[in-house]
Amino acid sequence: MNLEHFKRWLGNLPVHVVLLGLCFIWLLPTLGLLVTSFRPFQDVNETGWWQVLDPPRGAREYQQFCAACHGGRGDAIPNADLSNPDLVQRYRRSFTLMAALTQEFNGQPHMGEVPLPNENQAALIATYLRRLSGLEVRPRFTLDNYIDAIVGYRGTRNYRTDCAEGVQSVDLFCDWRDLGNPRGMGRALINSLIVTIPATIFPILVAAFAAYAFSWMEFPGRQWLFALLVGVQIVPLQMALIPVSRLYAQVGLNGTFPGIWMFHTGFGLPYAIFLTRNFMGSLPRELFESAFLEGASHWTAFTRLAIPLTVPAIASLAIFQFLWVWNDLLVALVFLGGTKPVLTYQISNLVTSLGGGWHLLTAAAFISMILPMMVFFAFQRYFIRGLLAGSIKG
Amino acid sequence: MASVTFEHVTKRFGDFVAVNDLNLHIEDREFLVLVGPSGCGKTTTLRCLAGLEDVTEGIIKIGDTVVNDVPPKDRDIAMVFQSYALYPHMTVFDNMAFGLKLRKVPKEEIKRRVEEAAQILGIENLLKRKPRELSGGQRQRVAVGRAIVREPKVFLFDEPLSNLDAKLRVQTRAELSKLHQRLQTTFVYVTHDQMEAMTMATRIAVMNKGVLQQLDTPQNLYDRPANLFVAGFIGSPSMNFFPAHIRKDGSDLYVDADSFKVKIPEQRAKPYYNYAGREVIFGIRPEDIHNPQFAPPGIHAEPVEARVDVIELMGNEIFLYLVNGRHNFVARVDPRTRFKVGEQVQVVFNMDNFHIFDPAVDRENPVAVR
Repeated sequence: MNLEHFKRWLGNLPVHVVLLGLCFIWLLPTLGLLVTSFRPFQDVNETGWWQVLDPPRGAREYQQFCAACHGGRGDAIPNADLSNPDLVQRYRRSFTLMAALTQEFNGQPHMGEVPLPNENQAALIATYLRRLSGLEVRPRFTLDNYIDAIVGYRGTRNYRTDCAEGVQSVDLFCDWRDLGNPRGMGRALINSLIVTIPATIFPILVAAFAAYAFSWMEFPGRQWLFALLVGVQIVPLQMALIPVSRLYAQVGLNGTFPGIWMFHTGFGLPYAIFLTRNFMGSLPRELFESAFLEGASHWTAFTRLAIPLTVPAIASLAIFQFLWVWNDLLVALVFLGGTKPVLTYQISNLVTSLGGGWHLLTAAAFISMILPMMVFFAFQRYFIRGLLAGSIKG
Repeated sequence: MASVTFEHVTKRFGDFVAVNDLNLHIEDREFLVLVGPSGCGKTTTLRCLAGLEDVTEGIIKIGDTVVNDVPPKDRDIAMVFQSYALYPHMTVFDNMAFGLKLRKVPKEEIKRRVEEAAQILGIENLLKRKPRELSGGQRQRVAVGRAIVREPKVFLFDEPLSNLDAKLRVQTRAELSKLHQRLQTTFVYVTHDQMEAMTMATRIAVMNKGVLQQLDTPQNLYDRPANLFVAGFIGSPSMNFFPAHIRKDGSDLYVDADSFKVKIPEQRAKPYYNYAGREVIFGIRPEDIHNPQFAPPGIHAEPVEARVDVIELMGNEIFLYLVNGRHNFVARVDPRTRFKVGEQVQVVFNMDNFHIFDPAVDRENPVAVR
C-alpha cells in the first residue's frame, strides 16, 4: 500500500514540479520586494536583494590585502588597531587610505611584498573599514523603511536618525503623533479603510436584495430590467468621472468619503447584481417553494435561505470589490485627491517625489498588501467549499 | 384532516392546457394517488392544490373552504418534494423545525413534535446532521418528517420515491402506507409508477394529457378499466389489444380478429349483441392467456394458435411473446411451460376476463363496453 502511495506520488511529481516552478516565478518579484523592504537604504543602493546574505562589501578585498597582518577583525597590530573608530576616522576615503598605504612604516613599505590595491579596491576596503570599526554600523535587516513610510519621512537619511539628532523636518514630532502625519502611509491606511469597507458593504447589500428580487419575485419588466443592468456594465468608469465630479461639486460631495462610497457603489452594483443573481437564481426552486409552503414570507426566505446559501458568491464578490476599491487610484485621485489621501495616492507620491528612494516604495507596497492578503485568506475557504453539496437528490 | 375538492379546474400555461376541466373529490383520510405518464398534468394538479400555481378556471376546496386565493402558507398543507428540498445549511432538526418556528410555536412544543416525528421515522440519531451527510433514503425520511411535524390537514407527495433505489422504494412504500394509517390524514400522492399507485392508494386517479381518465379503487381500476388508456396503463406487462369485429353466429357471439376467432361466453354476451358486425378493440391481460396444459379448471378457455417469438424466464412465471397473424401479444404462463422459440403452439384465452372497447366515439381512446 505504501508502494502504491509512492507510485502515485511519483506520477504526480512532474505536475508538482511544474506548479512549484510557476509559483516560484510568480512570487519572485514579490519576494525581492519583501527582502528589499527590510534592508537599510544604503545597502539597497549598493547591492541587489539577492546579495542580501553575501559578506559585506569590501570583505573580500580586506582579506586579500590587509587581513594577513591586521587580522580578521583588524585588531592584530595594537599600534594600528583597525577596529578603533578614532584611527579609521582618518582613512574614511579611498584617497586617504591610498596615501597611507604608499607611505613607509618604520622604514618598510606598508604593504611589504603585497601589491598595492587599485583605486576601486581601496574604496571597497575603506567601506569595509568603516563597518569594521563601528563608524557605520548597519544591521543587515531593519524596520526603518517601514517606519519612514508610515510616518511619511522625507529626507536623506532616516526618521530615527534624524529624530535622535533632533534635525527632523518641521512637520514631524518624533512621537506617536507622527502616525497621523498626512504625508505618511499610516494615515493613508486609515483613509483607505474608511473608503474601502463601506464601498464594499454597500454594493453587496444592495446587490443581495436586488438579486433576490430578480430571481424569486414576480414583477413586470423583470427580464428587461435585468438585461439593462447587465448592459450598463459596459459603460466605462472613466466616462462618468467628469459628469459625476461636476455633480459632486454642486452638491458639495467632492473630497468627501460619502461621495466616493456612492461612486464605487454605483459602479460596483451592475456586476455585483449580475453575479449574485446568477448564483441565487440557480438555487433549486423547490427550496423556496417548500419555505413558502411552510409559512415563510419573502423576507424570511431572503434572510434564512437565500443569504446563507449565497455566501460563497457574496464572499468572492466581497473579495473582488474590496481589491478593486483598495487598489483604485483613479477614482480616489479624482474625488479625494490630496485632501484625504489613500494608500495608492500616497504610494504614487512616493515614486514621484523620491524617484531614487525606492526603498520606501517597497515598504509602502507591503503595507498596502497586508490587508488584501488578510481578506483573501479569511474568505478563501468559500471558494473551495461548495455549500450546496447534498441539498438535492441522493 | 379534511376533504379536497376540485371543481371544473383548468390550468393553462399560455396555449398549453396542463389540466383540463378536472372534477375530483378526495375524501377525508383518503390516500389518493394521482398517476399518469409524464406530462399528464398530475404534478400541476398537485401544485395547484398546494397553491404554488394559480388555477386558470374552476375552484379548489379544502374542507369547505375555497382556497383559490388563499396563499400556500395558509392552506394548512405540507408537501414532500421529489428532490426533498431540504435546506442544505440547516441541521435535520432545524429543517424539521423551520415551519414551526415561523409559526411561532413554543420551543418545547417544537422539540416535542420534532422528536416524536423523528421517532416515528427512525431518524432520532440524525437530528444533528446536515442534509449532505445523509443517504438518499434518510433525506427522504427527513423530508417526510418535515411534513409530519406541521400536523397539516392534507399531505402532498410529489413523486417522493423516484430518487430511491428499487429495494428502498419497495420498503418505503410500505412505510408510507403505515404512516397513513397512523396519522389518519388525507394524503394526495403523485407518481408515474403504477406499482406505487396500486400498492398504496385507497383510490387512484388516472390522468392523461390533462384529463382525468378514471377514478376508482385499485382493484376496480384493474378489473374494469374505463377506457383503452387506463387498461393499457395499469398492469405490467400491459394488456394485449387486438383490433377485431364482433360476429354473430346463431345465438353465439364471437370476437373475430381475422387470424383467430374466440367465442364470448353466454353470461357475458348480453352487452355486445348490439355490436354484432361492428369494429371493436378486444383486450385481454397477459395472465388470462394460459398454456392449455396448466390452465385452471372451470374457465371458459378458447384456443388460439400462435408462434413463439421470445421467451422471458422470470422464475415464478414465464413471459411469452407470441405472434398470431398480424397480432403480437404477451402471455404470462405457468413456469413449467416448455415451449421453444419459433414453435407453433396453442394457448388458451380465459374468456371470463376480457375487455371490449368501442372506438366509435373516440378513436384515440376507445371507451370500455360492459
